[in-house]
Amino acid sequence: MLAEALFFSAVLFTIGVFGVLIRRNAIIVFMCVELMLNAVNLTFVAFAQAYGAAGQVFVFFVMTVAAAEAAVGLAIIIALFRHRQTVNLQNINLLKG
Amino acid sequence: MLAQDMPHGTLPLLYTFHFYLFGLIAIVSALLFVTRKSPVAAALWLVNTMFSLAALYVMLDAQFIGAIQVLVYAGAIMVVFLFVIMLLNLGHGVIGDARGLGWKLTAGAVGLAILAQIFALTRASTAINLTLPAGYTAQQVEQTGAIAPIAGPLFNEYLLAFEVTSVLLLAAIVGAVVLGKQRGERDAG
Amino acid sequence: MLPLLQAATANTHPLTRTIAEWVWLVPLLPLLGFVINGVLSLAAAYHPGPADPGLAHDETTGGGASEHAHADHDTDGGATGNDHHPVARHRFSGLTSIVGPGVLILSFLLSAAIFLAMRGAGEISAPFVQRYFSWMPVGDMHIDAALQLDQLSMMMTLVVTGVGALIHIFSVGYMQDDPGYPRYFAYLNLFVFFMLLLVLGGNYPLVFIGWEGVGLCSYLLIGFWFSEKANADAGKKAFIVNRIGDFGFLIAMFMIFANMRTLDFTGVQQGAASLPVGGTLVTAICLFLFLGCVGKSAQIPLYVWLPDAMAGPTPVSALIHAATMVTAGVYLIARSSMLFSIAPVAQIVVVLIGALTAIFAASIGLKQWDIKKVLAYSTVSQLGYMFIGVGSGAYVTGLFHLVTHAFFKALLFLGSGSVIFALHRAYHHTGNHDDAQDMRNMGGLKTYMPVTFWLMWIATLAIAGIPPFAGFFSKDEILGALFARAQHSTIASAHLFGIPGSAWLYFAYLLGLVAAFMTAVYMTRMMIYTFHGPNRTGEKERGYLAEAPWIMTGPLVVLGILTAVGGWINLPEFAPLGRVGALEHWLDPVLGEPTARVIAGAGETSTGLEYGLVALAVLIAVGGIALAWTRLKPETLVPKREAPQEEGFEKVLINKYYVDEIYDEAIVEPVVGISRGLLWRGVDAGLIDGLGVNGSAYFARFVGWIGSQLQSGQLGTYAWVLVAGVLAVLGAFSIR
Repeated sequence: MLAEALFFSAVLFTIGVFGVLIRRNAIIVFMCVELMLNAVNLTFVAFAQAYGAAGQVFVFFVMTVAAAEAAVGLAIIIALFRHRQTVNLQNINLLKG
Repeated sequence: MLAQDMPHGTLPLLYTFHFYLFGLIAIVSALLFVTRKSPVAAALWLVNTMFSLAALYVMLDAQFIGAIQVLVYAGAIMVVFLFVIMLLNLGHGVIGDARGLGWKLTAGAVGLAILAQIFALTRASTAINLTLPAGYTAQQVEQTGAIAPIAGPLFNEYLLAFEVTSVLLLAAIVGAVVLGKQRGERDAG
Repeated sequence: MLPLLQAATANTHPLTRTIAEWVWLVPLLPLLGFVINGVLSLAAAYHPGPADPGLAHDETTGGGASEHAHADHDTDGGATGNDHHPVARHRFSGLTSIVGPGVLILSFLLSAAIFLAMRGAGEISAPFVQRYFSWMPVGDMHIDAALQLDQLSMMMTLVVTGVGALIHIFSVGYMQDDPGYPRYFAYLNLFVFFMLLLVLGGNYPLVFIGWEGVGLCSYLLIGFWFSEKANADAGKKAFIVNRIGDFGFLIAMFMIFANMRTLDFTGVQQGAASLPVGGTLVTAICLFLFLGCVGKSAQIPLYVWLPDAMAGPTPVSALIHAATMVTAGVYLIARSSMLFSIAPVAQIVVVLIGALTAIFAASIGLKQWDIKKVLAYSTVSQLGYMFIGVGSGAYVTGLFHLVTHAFFKALLFLGSGSVIFALHRAYHHTGNHDDAQDMRNMGGLKTYMPVTFWLMWIATLAIAGIPPFAGFFSKDEILGALFARAQHSTIASAHLFGIPGSAWLYFAYLLGLVAAFMTAVYMTRMMIYTFHGPNRTGEKERGYLAEAPWIMTGPLVVLGILTAVGGWINLPEFAPLGRVGALEHWLDPVLGEPTARVIAGAGETSTGLEYGLVALAVLIAVGGIALAWTRLKPETLVPKREAPQEEGFEKVLINKYYVDEIYDEAIVEPVVGISRGLLWRGVDAGLIDGLGVNGSAYFARFVGWIGSQLQSGQLGTYAWVLVAGVLAVLGAFSIR
């Protein structure tokens, strides 16, 4: 089932990329990033079945990091919302210059 | 030998059917997630994707990971997302959130390009010596339980990474707390 | 003594450990004089004392450009050439008067001592080369700073230092009231240094250094009174026209090195022995060398700078444009005789251009009114004779004429300098602004300046070719040698444009005869208008006309003696008044072989034919003098300001055949036009400034603008860029 799992993973990853490029809501973009991470997790697990349990260990770590990243990222978005009253990425251009 | 090299007759048909089913659910949920206007709806569809992924994990002899997926991803991370959406009162969806049609088509093309390239890369093959015999992981799970295959490497080879991850979590907690403070609170505390 | 890099000759050269090893001091003394005089000139410039004239003072003391310049332009449109200048003695003139001529006298004495050492050393067959240091070791080209002392360079050194010393002494009197006195002597000393480098140099590059250096000093001295634009223009003209010739010299040097891998004279001599006679290569080398000579020695078509060079002080004209610098071309051909004697076609060209120049310049001289211009064209004409000499393979004869010409032309110029000085002084007393150089303002000066008068007549007879004066022997010998070679020589056997060389040489002989006739006529004309007949200077000025002070007349006397007896250094066989052919014997080790190669075993010309040719030459000279004496009426002349306009062919002559105007239209204007229109506006402002400088700035800004567009501050843009990067990386992997 490796090939099928990899196929699903690739498609999910692509959908995640599509979402990042299209959406302007910061939270939704963030969730698309989570989707991409999940796709990668699927790849790891699929390989773990064929090549050894180390793949699952990787998934473990990816999930941990994703959790930390989600916490910090959402805190940033909250702070940004307090400053700009919007989460629309087009209006957030403080980096312009 | 990879599972794909084995004639499909060796796997139970039910197994294969369910595998494809959950995969399809995952993809459809992901598509729906990306195209929802309302953030809450999108979040819920993402939760659905994660559930189906958990099912896939279980079918791939990673039962522990599947459980963790539900507990951590769907149960904690997505809940935090929903909390934040509610907190910022974004539930109703901003009108015209996505970019225009032209952007969508371009993004679609880019996506397809990435897909194509990923497939081009999968043409690579690995050495025979690295692959485990078929059903090895399932056998392991049977013998030692679902957690043992992970716990072994985790606390032996990847111990350092494990410890560092705990530090990372600490940093993330501190960061989130600091960033989340109100303006007045930050200077005071 | 300076340390030697390597003795060029083994210790067996007869001149080692004699005074000849001090030859390096001969050019260095004038250089020292230049430094001292230059320092004096600058010291006064930066620290003017109470007695130094300021600019305002100059304007009022009868030298201001605004007052004098416009009244004194010659009708022939060249540089004003008059010696108008501010009158004020320089603070350091005393010290300069000692240092300036002093170093020249010392240099001459040293040269004379070396000459005596050479005479006493017996037979010297090889040149005495002193290498001082390695100058340009590049790859397999090794050029050393080397001085070569042989009979030819010794002869030239004596002429340069001797005549130079006399002219320096003359200048002390002539330039004494000029505020630029030390600067003048500095430049003059520098000139002598470079000229000595030229004649003593042991390889072509060193000669070229001297060549360029004398060109530079000529520019500096012609434009000595540069505050008047015409003088500065004349200086520029001289330098630029010279440059055209220098280009030829350089090309010749490149070709010599490319084929012989050496540029020393000794090396080239050996290399020339293996070249095919009359081959294209050696002909090309000789023609390019001759191009250099055409520029430096004012032959057709590059003679135009010499008449304008009369804008400089008269002693400068005497030294540079009569005795030394212009003869550098003749020296070069003599020095390169080993190359010329195997290139008969090039020699035909040299003789032809020399002859054409001789007659062309003589014809212009017939109608000039400025006394210095007459002498200038006379110089050009006589240089033509010298080139006939060295061009036809009679190297010694050409050099002989060089020496005698140095004597009588310097005498003529200095004499005219005395005349101009006297007229200047007279005009200064009465505040007159007339041209002090125009012969129409002179006349009858023999009563006022008898010494100058007699000496100038000696020089005139010499240049006309009357025996027993110097010019007779040299000029007659040139024509005689030309005739002999027209009959039988390697040149006569060669062909130029299909016409046999002998025909060319006979034609040149004819031109030479006509030019000799014209020479006699215009020189006598000059003497008649200046010294004979009634005086046209003016009633009030007449009382002030007097002989120049002895410091100026003294050198004239010395030169007069030299002019009278100078011809006896190379007496022909049919006139055994003394030692026959002394100069020829002296120069035989250097020039004997090339001369013999050209003659190619011709038999001796019969004595009868020789006597006949001599008689013909003398007859022509006497005829010219007689014609001028009888036909010209100085009484009919009027002073310049009342003179009528010329008409007809006279007008053409007085306007020098309009050559300057033709050059201006045909060459100068197009070049200036191209420079201004194409090169300046098009290339410089448009291409380099516009495209290069501004364009690259614009491009940099443009690239920056593109970059700035990426910094939109929009997260979405960054996401796109990120994904694009991922695509690129994946693509690289997947394609591979």
